[in-house]
Amino acid sequence: MTLTSDVPVRNSAGGTELQLTVAETIALTPTVRHVRLVDPAGRTLPSFTPGSHIVVTCGTGPGGRPRRNSYSLTGPAFEPDHYAISVRLEESGRGGSQWVHDLQVGDRVPVGTPRSAFAPILTARHHLLVAGGIGITPILSHVRAAVQWGRSFEVHYAFRDGDGAHLDELHDLCGPRLYIYTAREVFRKRMGQALLEQPIGTHLYMCGPTGLVDDLCERAGRAGWPDARVHYEHFRVGDLDPGEPFTAHLTRRVIDVTVDSGVSLLDALESRGVAVPNLCRQGVCGECRLPVMSGGIDHRDLYLSAAEKEAGDCVMPCVSRANGPRLELDL
Amino acid sequence: MSTTIDLAVRDDDLGLPDRIARFPFPFTRDTYRYSTNVEPAGSPVATAAGGWGRHPVDIDGHYLDDLTERERILGADPTRFQSLPHMEIAQWDAMVTLMRMLADAYPETFALERDGEARLFVNRALGLEQSFVFGDRSTLPDPPLRFIGRHLQEDVVLLDQREGALWGDAGLVTFAADWSLRFDVGMSFRQIHGPVPRVHTEGVIPRAEQFLMGLQAGQCYRRTNWSLSVDRRLDQSTETYPEWGRDRRLLAEGPLEDVGRRLHLRVEVQHLVRLGVSGAIMFLIRTHLLSFEDIARVPEWSGRLYSVLDELPDDMADYKGIMRTRGPGLRWLRTYGGVRS
Repeated sequence: MTLTSDVPVRNSAGGTELQLTVAETIALTPTVRHVRLVDPAGRTLPSFTPGSHIVVTCGTGPGGRPRRNSYSLTGPAFEPDHYAISVRLEESGRGGSQWVHDLQVGDRVPVGTPRSAFAPILTARHHLLVAGGIGITPILSHVRAAVQWGRSFEVHYAFRDGDGAHLDELHDLCGPRLYIYTAREVFRKRMGQALLEQPIGTHLYMCGPTGLVDDLCERAGRAGWPDARVHYEHFRVGDLDPGEPFTAHLTRRVIDVTVDSGVSLLDALESRGVAVPNLCRQGVCGECRLPVMSGGIDHRDLYLSAAEKEAGDCVMPCVSRANGPRLELDL
Repeated sequence: MSTTIDLAVRDDDLGLPDRIARFPFPFTRDTYRYSTNVEPAGSPVATAAGGWGRHPVDIDGHYLDDLTERERILGADPTRFQSLPHMEIAQWDAMVTLMRMLADAYPETFALERDGEARLFVNRALGLEQSFVFGDRSTLPDPPLRFIGRHLQEDVVLLDQREGALWGDAGLVTFAADWSLRFDVGMSFRQIHGPVPRVHTEGVIPRAEQFLMGLQAGQCYRRTNWSLSVDRRLDQSTETYPEWGRDRRLLAEGPLEDVGRRLHLRVEVQHLVRLGVSGAIMFLIRTHLLSFEDIARVPEWSGRLYSVLDELPDDMADYKGIMRTRGPGLRWLRTYGGVRS
């Protein structure tokens, strides 16, 4: 599945950007292209949790800014020698999928390290995996893990006739545990039944078009599934919005510090030589708290209480920003 | 100790022995309160006596003794190793990650080599080699977490993430400071931290849990924690309380001159790592003990330790189990430790 964003990839402890090269591209269906990425020096790539995605820098978009898309990893997860993605061409998209489809063997591709947001639940008694169209990509890595670790599972895969990516591989991995559908009504009917006949302790995982996910969530709710056992790939951006530029005025020093979009207030202060005690740089530890004299604040931290945020007299500059053009700090 | 172990920090011109030069003295202020004091791992920390912190796993001069002690403890009480059935994959993940950490930190002593599907782990300090296939139990003599526990000085707890919470579902803990893995296994992060004073009203624990749940594969953070211990006794678990509990009273009732030798500052260097394949959080706890006598050889340390102990509120001192020992500790620092108050 694809998530598009223009958000800069924020890398903190351990998260790094990898420069990979294209080892192989395969047309899986008329609309889906499979790309294998490897380290140019042949090194092993970081392991990942099934359901993880990587953020790929797909050239540049309008305005010359890097265009970044997230793609689910479909290959083996343990110390892999390659990352594999399968990308459906989106004619109405911003050009990222076209950029991937145009890749040639040997091309360089910058990718972020894998991010997990759709992991299997290890205590599940049974895994009910449902995919619609290109939503099969994270489900495929779930299937690999389920087979390797001997988990109980079944896969329901709906796709347009002739456009079923990874079908052969799924048949090999799943055997009779794979159910495929090319007719919408048959899929709907069979899923209604499947939602009712699972053992207690089953977890449901879905990835596909919004309509399919919403419909199944609603029916699972009516069939009595607890929310905690229903999972779907949600395309939330893990990183923070780059925000609007603003000016931080330091009242003691009597200087203005410009904070650009995509740059944190903490980074901007440090680059002007203003030292601020800090640890996590993720809005958690509370070390970098700064007193605010005036100006609206867009609080994005997990540290300050609701009351403290409401008071508006302090800010965590590692993640939070002004929500206007100017913020006055008692510094 | 084998000479092949390349210690990260050597004696510098202060002429202090390694146990002091490499001690992770935890106090950067004259007062101590609980906080979510996490920072990215891997950067060396300079102290008044030397430094620490280059690697998430730390091998030192106590290596062979600590491993022998761990085996003795596990022999007497196998329940110090716990793993709920769904944590098998996290055990493998933790084992291989720890092997890689050891090989990266001490390449002359440890190696992890790849041969197709198989891996070969080498520990030259113990003269041991083990080949295995990831996930295949028939290729290892022990459960994976139990196996790697024979090669490192850290205690390990593995946390599973589900239902918007973390669960302490596996661990190998032989050097606990006044807690019990067997009691805690299967509890949520918030349940485990239930008895800690202050942190609940101050929101420290939920914030820490949120932070941990946001870690991505390969990210590694660290923090320190501390208490006081009588003698260099690593095992202060709840299970052996009858063996060590009364020492705190006996020390307080005994002669003051013994305190400097027997009372230790106990510091845990904790690392928090998101594992890749299982998605579990690996919590490493490395316990360092340094006697008050040794601390007094570094005047900046003895002065600061004095201030922290003197100021620490009673509810925190009580939870840390130091109500009986901090008085004698303070008196010793004033009388013999060169501290003027």
